[in-house]
Amino acid sequence: MTGFYTLFHKELLRFWKVSFQTVLAPVLTTLLYLLIFSHVLEDHVQAYPGVAYTVFLIPGLVMMAVLQNAFANSSSSLIQSRVTGNIVFVLLSPLSYREIFLAYVLASVARGLVVGMGVYLVTLGFFEVPLRSFPWVLLFTLLGSALLGALGVIAGIWAEKFDQLAAFQNFIILPLTFLSGVFYSIHSLPPFWQSLSHFNPFFYMIDGFRYGFFGVSDVSPYFSFAIVVTCFLAVSWLTLKMLKTGYKLRH
Amino acid sequence: MTPAIEINQVHKYFGAVTALEGIDLEINPGEFFALLGPNGAGKTTLIHILAGLTLASSGSARVMGHDVVADYREARRLLGVVPQELVFDPFFTVRETLVIQSGYYGLKKNDSWIDEIIHHLDLADKANTNMRALSGGMKRRVLVAQALVHKPPVIVLDEPTAGVDVELRQALWRFIKQLNRDGHTIVLTTHYLDEAEALCNRVAMLKQGKVVALDSTQNLINSISGASVRLRLSPDTLPAALQPLLTSHDEGYYVLTVKEYSEIEDVLAALRRAQVQVLEMQLLQPDLEEVFVKIMGSTESQEAA
Ligand SMILES: Nc1ncnc2c1ncn2[C@@H]1O[C@H](COP(=O)(O)OP(=O)(O)OP(=O)(O)O)[C@@H](O)[C@H]1O
Ligand SMILES: [Mg+2]
Repeated sequence: MTGFYTLFHKELLRFWKVSFQTVLAPVLTTLLYLLIFSHVLEDHVQAYPGVAYTVFLIPGLVMMAVLQNAFANSSSSLIQSRVTGNIVFVLLSPLSYREIFLAYVLASVARGLVVGMGVYLVTLGFFEVPLRSFPWVLLFTLLGSALLGALGVIAGIWAEKFDQLAAFQNFIILPLTFLSGVFYSIHSLPPFWQSLSHFNPFFYMIDGFRYGFFGVSDVSPYFSFAIVVTCFLAVSWLTLKMLKTGYKLRH
Repeated sequence: MTPAIEINQVHKYFGAVTALEGIDLEINPGEFFALLGPNGAGKTTLIHILAGLTLASSGSARVMGHDVVADYREARRLLGVVPQELVFDPFFTVRETLVIQSGYYGLKKNDSWIDEIIHHLDLADKANTNMRALSGGMKRRVLVAQALVHKPPVIVLDEPTAGVDVELRQALWRFIKQLNRDGHTIVLTTHYLDEAEALCNRVAMLKQGKVVALDSTQNLINSISGASVRLRLSPDTLPAALQPLLTSHDEGYYVLTVKEYSEIEDVLAALRRAQVQVLEMQLLQPDLEEVFVKIMGSTESQEAA
């Protein structure tokens, strides 16, 4: 238990010591998105009846920040440790692969929560965002950030160099988040794109999360929940398998 | 008695490269053991297999009776490894690094032992300095400290004195010797053979992934039969009668090898007869380096044959 807790704590310190880059910067970036998109699209788009576009946008952006930062935390920590070689200190220790998994994923969840809270709290100062069901909001935040934290572990282990990690981020994580309905309701899409969106797990994370705020969503939150849990279990299984066999970590 | 380290028929292949080819080794508790060999012999690979940083292609390894794969948690708890590469986490200070490392081993309150290590490795001034700001030798000391936080009964040091100044080298060995006296098993690799000779009671020599010599340090040195004498002569020519004894001739120095010390009499007599004057004379004691060179050389000629 102490071993797990130490690694978890170390991972928290790692981002907290540079919170300017790891918390403040992403909060600021997200607020810029909000400012620009709401300014450009406020009068043209209405996603849900009776909900101003900017207000519609806020939960999506909060969740996007949560997901991206959760991914960034575990992936960048792992690739840095591997490239600099200090991952040996973890590998030499009696920490089990399960403890390593939990520590990295939970630290990712923490970073996702902190950044998400940051964005949310700032926007509250300017907009009135309803909060219909806090449990759904919390549930999707935790699940989504854990899923992305686990994906980050996979990416951080798989990538040999920083540019490979950037490729993973730019070609997989970023498109999936942008095409998940952060900026629109998928009902406003042509049928083809609408059905394609249903294959994007990120869509369900955003949609379920948004349901917690508005009580309205594109699909049932129970369905979204089932999909996200399934994805989380599948990704965790793969991550644990990689850690157990020592894939790319123990040569 | 359970051996501290037990290695059975370990093979390791990296693609087409064979790093280890059937290593068998047993090291007893309390030994001070040297693992010697030229660059690329496989020393680090063997250590990595013990530590679980590398998985053996075949064969098995145990630390204090615990298999390093099947029972990895216990094996790792009993082992402290100083890695060869100079690695560190730039986010933390020396003390933070040691507290974190203790935590990985499940140790919450380890401050008094950490203080002791810091003291012995002369890191007290730097305890609150960020790792990034340390010199290379200082970083090496922290690596040693990290390997000791959990007081492992088996301590493996992979070239701990590379790039370390004389003072620390002495302090480090004093500390390690004390740990050995307290019952810790020590395994080290080094390219400084005088260090190995002075410290270790037993030596394994590795070459191209195989153990080519394994014996007590003293037996290995005794295996070099005879004695050598180094001479500077005037005139600078060796009498023909002594040519068969010549083993090397370098910058005016002749090294002659004799079977016994008493034969040196005959050498001097032969020189006198040839009216050659001895300007300098030095008796060379056989040492581990000589054994090393001889063993590495002889296995080479065997391979050529
Ligand atoms: N990860 C790896 N991938 C491929 N080959 C490797 C790897 N690690 C080691 N080798 C090869 O295995 C052989 C043994 O290397 P090792 O590092 O064990 O030697 P060593 O005895 O520690 O040498 P040195 O004294 O230089 O530290 C070398 O031929 C090396 O190139
Ligand atoms: Mg080596």
